[in-house]
Amino acid sequence: MKKIHIIMLVLIAGAIAFLVTFLKGASTYETVAQAKENPGKFVHVSVKLDKSKPVDYNAQKDPNYLSFQAIDSEDSLQSMKVVYRKGARHDLQLATKLVLKGKFKDGQFECNDIQTKCPSKYKDAGATEHPQNPIVN
Amino acid sequence: MHYPGEHLLPGQLGYFFVVLSLVASLVATFSYFKATTSKIQEDTVYWKRLARWSFIIESVSVFAIFGLLIYILTQHLFEYKYAWQHSSKTLEFKYIFASIWEGQEGSFLLWSFWHCILGLILIKTGKQWEAPVMTVVSFAQFCLGTMIIGIYIFNQKLGSNPFVLLRESGIFDNAPGMHVDFNLANPIRPDYLSLPQMKDGNDLNILLQNYWMVIHPPFLFLGFASTLIPFAFVVAGLWIKKSAESMKMVLPWALFASAALGVGIMMGAAWAYESLNFGGYWAWDPVENASLVPWLVLIAGIHTLLIYKHTGRSLKATLSFFIVAFWLIIYSTFLTRSGILGDTSVHAFTDLGMNLQLFLFMYLVIWLPGILFAKNKNQRNIGAIISVGILPILYLLNFAWLGMLALIAGVIYTIYQSSSSVPTIRSEENTSSREFWMFIGSLMFFLSAIIIIIQTSLPVFNKVFGKDVAPPEDPEFAYNSIQIFVAIIVAILTAVTQYLKYKDTGYRFFWKKILIPSILSLIIATAIVAFGQIDYVKKGPVFKASIWLALICSIYAIIANASYIWIGLKGKLKLAGGSVAHLGFGMVLLGILVSSSNKETLSNNVNGIPVPLANTENPAENLTLVQGLRTDMGKYWVTYEKDSSLSQKPKTFFKLKFDAKNGKENFTLQPNAFVNYKMEGLQANPDAKHFWDHDVFVYITSIPDPERKPDTSSFRSQWMKAGDTAFYSGGFMVLERFVTEDSVPNANFNPGDLATAGTFKVFSKNGTSYESTPLLLNRGGQNESYTDTVLSENLVLKINKAEGNRIEAGIKDSDFLMKYVTIKAYKFPFISLLWLGVIITVVGIIISMARRIALNRKDAA
Repeated sequence: MKKIHIIMLVLIAGAIAFLVTFLKGASTYETVAQAKENPGKFVHVSVKLDKSKPVDYNAQKDPNYLSFQAIDSEDSLQSMKVVYRKGARHDLQLATKLVLKGKFKDGQFECNDIQTKCPSKYKDAGATEHPQNPIVN
Repeated sequence: MHYPGEHLLPGQLGYFFVVLSLVASLVATFSYFKATTSKIQEDTVYWKRLARWSFIIESVSVFAIFGLLIYILTQHLFEYKYAWQHSSKTLEFKYIFASIWEGQEGSFLLWSFWHCILGLILIKTGKQWEAPVMTVVSFAQFCLGTMIIGIYIFNQKLGSNPFVLLRESGIFDNAPGMHVDFNLANPIRPDYLSLPQMKDGNDLNILLQNYWMVIHPPFLFLGFASTLIPFAFVVAGLWIKKSAESMKMVLPWALFASAALGVGIMMGAAWAYESLNFGGYWAWDPVENASLVPWLVLIAGIHTLLIYKHTGRSLKATLSFFIVAFWLIIYSTFLTRSGILGDTSVHAFTDLGMNLQLFLFMYLVIWLPGILFAKNKNQRNIGAIISVGILPILYLLNFAWLGMLALIAGVIYTIYQSSSSVPTIRSEENTSSREFWMFIGSLMFFLSAIIIIIQTSLPVFNKVFGKDVAPPEDPEFAYNSIQIFVAIIVAILTAVTQYLKYKDTGYRFFWKKILIPSILSLIIATAIVAFGQIDYVKKGPVFKASIWLALICSIYAIIANASYIWIGLKGKLKLAGGSVAHLGFGMVLLGILVSSSNKETLSNNVNGIPVPLANTENPAENLTLVQGLRTDMGKYWVTYEKDSSLSQKPKTFFKLKFDAKNGKENFTLQPNAFVNYKMEGLQANPDAKHFWDHDVFVYITSIPDPERKPDTSSFRSQWMKAGDTAFYSGGFMVLERFVTEDSVPNANFNPGDLATAGTFKVFSKNGTSYESTPLLLNRGGQNESYTDTVLSENLVLKINKAEGNRIEAGIKDSDFLMKYVTIKAYKFPFISLLWLGVIITVVGIIISMARRIALNRKDAA
């Protein structure tokens, strides 16, 4: 076997080993109930904002603290308090779905990141509404 | 029915050109195919002429489509969905182009436009290569043409027509106001254009009203389009069995594609850095990855192609790399436009319902080339039967995994066909040869690309295997932790390999030349690591050590390549394209390493606004600034001075004054925010101050809601004696004294009326103190309180009652009184190295390209 083939095999083995570790470290999508059952486990949870409860953010008391009530996007009976410590988010009200990334801890969901899903554009929009269309590519 | 006020002609013309361009590209494909395969000279000439004219007609049609779209947008013809959806009357003219490529149709059109330009250049310069290469280009144009045709075949949507009328687009289906008698079952009102909501369009997304949106997509799509050309030459070479000759043509085009795509990607990064709020220039977002990955493979291909030119080796790898690079462009199109990325990207994608079409596009570009250049008739039939046979099964069963399997089978088939038709050199490369290490470098690039695309494709695997795997806790680290090793190896190879000769290098020759640059690099790198304060400890000691190592290697790459221009090439810049590009690449690596590992959050919460730090794992990066109040922010004092609005757009600029505590830097930044809490929430554009060695970067994360409900917080009361203390959220206050008098000037006091004035000293947590003097009047037994407000502390004080030696104070913390902004601020050190590196890399690539074109001309003459 040529030297270059040996190096190729080593590199490819390295790449595969890395991808396996990547998959092992990968997280999972869970429901609110499952997140509560596994406190401390990093999960992705798909929820909706509970619009009947206030979103708690006060820029003058603590500009980093945001908290709101979230309802499981599949099971409307399951809800939890979400705490996000990276500051204000202004896209929560508008989003049809939120994907929360974080851990359930001490009775609340400590959220590292929130991904918002905006309403499907134009499909049902009447001309009176003016949704925006942030496609870049 | 007649709808008054509509302008139907531009749309009808536009759609005519859409259809014409599609038909013309099909005719061009067929004619170029015949011109390539025909054995009779006269036939070839005939087909070629037909093909050329078809391609020219196709190009003219594409330009016309563009022109008509611009007309519709500039004339504000909102009866067209495209104008209504992407523009408005107030949209500045310079953003008209941005609104064209905001939509999917417009961006396909842009891509197609570049294919036309490149195709016309190939017609002019292609000579014997014109017919086979343009067969491929014309076919790609046909595929892109179907993306904007907008027709239904067997209930399956084919393309999306940019000239569709708003009333025919389905948008009014759920808007009763647009229908006769407000009944959805009735047709659209004839006078719909006179309704107020039709007077203006949706406007271009405010985030995209940015000059980068005007210039970044054209470069990126030029990169996309130019990746087709090396692919087309490779396919053509294999098809007419002249692969060796085709490689000469590939090199300058591949260099051009890498420069265009590279610039396109980095413009996106600069845009992200400058105006979007990712907190940096690169976030490993799927959209970014999808265009980076083909670039990496393109670079691998360029290097193996150089090996081939000098030693005759690595031809198979070269062919595969250029084929795969183009496939990855198409795959990235599928990823970003099919909506499959869903939850994993910050970019919001619209699913146009064209997934089947996008899949077919991929399917065709993967299988067809292999069938076209199959080794023999037998192999060709196998490919054709399998690829055509799978399709109906796929359509009936609709298994995602079967689709993926069919694509993988196509990849194997086509790569096998390309490899088995070119010769291999069996002997082994010398480890002291340049080609040996260059090949390893190329392999690193390719593997890096494969790893990134597999990580990015996680949502695709979920869909195919019905799983629910999500990205890991720190998705960026998942990329960085592996790419840092790629960076280390690539940087070393970049530094060393040029000092090696092709085929064999004498050790003494090598060491003599590389010794000085190596020692120099070691000294400089040691100094930077020792004094550069690069302490990235967040991810543990191994990662920190890797960053240091990568840093040393990238400095080595810079110095060794700069030195090589003199040591190896005697300062002849014309020949030094490679060294210059490598030098720039080293600077890019160094810039990335230093700016990201040393990125500093300036807006740490250091002042008195209380943050329960014990509960916060993440650093508290937001800081609230009260108007007029100088606030402590680490190395700076920051003051929110005032804000100003543009009259045209609901955008507010916030003037923030920065004063460095060491007195060296004083500047004002004006980040802006667009607020509309009903629709988009807050959209902020940062502002940055550029210094030669660092950037200070600030953006707004929150401002008071202008439509907020009136203040509802109420006074709480507390009995106090002189000297007593009371707390509020921002600090505490002491009642210094109070006096009660029976007469106040000009107050028209009656006998028995009393006035009580209290003097409070307010101590805020940031160390400032204020005096506040609320007043209580007692007239005829009735208490009247006169409040006093400490504006910058949001504090309202009053006296409710006075009794002997004590008073009842009313204390109210209000968050309604004052103007404030919440900001995040970062410092990126040496970010300028990154941008300078990009420019130098591109200059290097262009030097190489110019030299290769000149060499080809000389060969031909």
